[in-house]
Amino acid sequence: MINTYEIMETIRMLEEEKLDIRTVTMGISLSDCADSDGEKAREKIYNKITEYAGELVKTAEEIELKYDIPIINKRISVTPIAQVAAASNDPDYIEFARTLDKAAKEVGVDFIGGFSALVHKGMTAADKKLIASIPEALAQTERVCSSVNIGTTRAGLNMDAVAKMGKIVKKSAELTADNGGVAASKLVVFANAPEDNPFMAGAFHGAGEGECMINVGISGPGTVKAALEKVEGESFDLVAETIKKTAFKITRMGQLVAKEASEKLGATSGIVDLSLAPTPAVGDSVARILEEIGVEVAGAHGTTAALALLNDAVKKGGVMASSHVGGLSGAFIPVSEDSGMIEAVEKGALSLEKLEAMTAVCSVGLDMIALPGRTEPETISAIIADEAAIGMVNNKTTAVRVIPVPGKDVGDEVVYGGLFGKAPIMKVSDYSSSDFIARGGRIPAPLQSLKN
Amino acid sequence: MKAIITVIGVDQMGIIAEVSTLLAKNKVNILDINQTILDEYFTMTMLVDLEKLEISLEKLKEKLNEKGEELGVSVKLQHEDIFRSMHRI
Repeated sequence: MINTYEIMETIRMLEEEKLDIRTVTMGISLSDCADSDGEKAREKIYNKITEYAGELVKTAEEIELKYDIPIINKRISVTPIAQVAAASNDPDYIEFARTLDKAAKEVGVDFIGGFSALVHKGMTAADKKLIASIPEALAQTERVCSSVNIGTTRAGLNMDAVAKMGKIVKKSAELTADNGGVAASKLVVFANAPEDNPFMAGAFHGAGEGECMINVGISGPGTVKAALEKVEGESFDLVAETIKKTAFKITRMGQLVAKEASEKLGATSGIVDLSLAPTPAVGDSVARILEEIGVEVAGAHGTTAALALLNDAVKKGGVMASSHVGGLSGAFIPVSEDSGMIEAVEKGALSLEKLEAMTAVCSVGLDMIALPGRTEPETISAIIADEAAIGMVNNKTTAVRVIPVPGKDVGDEVVYGGLFGKAPIMKVSDYSSSDFIARGGRIPAPLQSLKN
Repeated sequence: MKAIITVIGVDQMGIIAEVSTLLAKNKVNILDINQTILDEYFTMTMLVDLEKLEISLEKLKEKLNEKGEELGVSVKLQHEDIFRSMHRI
């Protein structure tokens, strides 16, 4: 019999420490929906999504009931639309975005990711159309998320695409100026994008993924912090061990849900993504874990090392707990979604430069960061290039999701509400990157890519 | 299907009796009980068998919730697998 102590621990993790399944994401291949007639393609897309994902929300709710585990979000990811729409001769793909939005609303999921293009070596005509459509697509829809992969360790960085994306991010924000530039919060620019990431806004269903997969994202920064409170003052060895054990338990819960959801839905169980993903709610912060590890405020010296320890221990604990670990897996540092991060920025303890260093040792990148509305597109492109270079050289995923908020500057803040939280505007360099971005072409793949 | 029922609250007379009667009425068999007072909180965990349950799981949880409110305690019901998966290799 499971002993009382273990039962109470589980219940405490769920009730007090904000342990939850952050998302159950159904990945659906749309490659068989391609059609030279755009309208037929969209009809096939709509029908396939509503057929496969029709029971997703209901199934998640049944699982919630059975285990008393909150499943916060139910989502869908699809084949990058640039690939699916390529056969159609539409001048732009905004209608495809509308179709995705409609399907998402029909089945009741909160986001659908995959309005995407993979352009790390070059852009096809379809890729260019998709990218050009992004600002309007995101401004006109509610639930669609978009991503563009501009570099990989093996391919190097596509600097033409990087130059484009700075402009696209800016335009997306401008089109939604009356709502804090929110469209830019639904757009991620990646290097080494994973094919099976269940989190938004970067989720898409990669080419190698199969017909229909269930990927589960678990979270629980609160449980890790609570566990660390018990080892105050102890050595780093014990800190790492404590995080590992907690990560094991959290991931086991994700594994349980992943298995059950895929069985019930007749889909394949893909991966469990063990990412400590914060929310703006109190007690759900990654920054607070770093502060528990011992830095006075997130961003103080020692933060990068603390995050490296945290990220690694989370992965080690989780790997034992699950048959297939994937997606992003690690610790997230989205500024506007973490109450501790927001406070650290407001205090002046956390800068963009420090965040960039932190992205070298954790699982995402510069995420949910609000920038001054007057930031030049070339500056945004250069920020993307910097992040992509970190990912490319270190064989890891990095990404940029920044929002240049129209009409706001350093000292202001923008409020999105809900899971997106609020964000203080962060300072970018006063100096220009235009000549750098104007060059174009490709930054060649680094030596690390020659592994054969 | 086996589940774990957890009752937590300030100690008072009749908690065990009331919960057990509700379970018996709904054909839920109690396989194991552990009861202790942890920091003045009454804590009871029961391993139960839902094989012969005739109403839906949702309905049973609702009834347990109502009973809990009546008694001033929290009553949770969860499939045992969540505990097994988290605390056993």
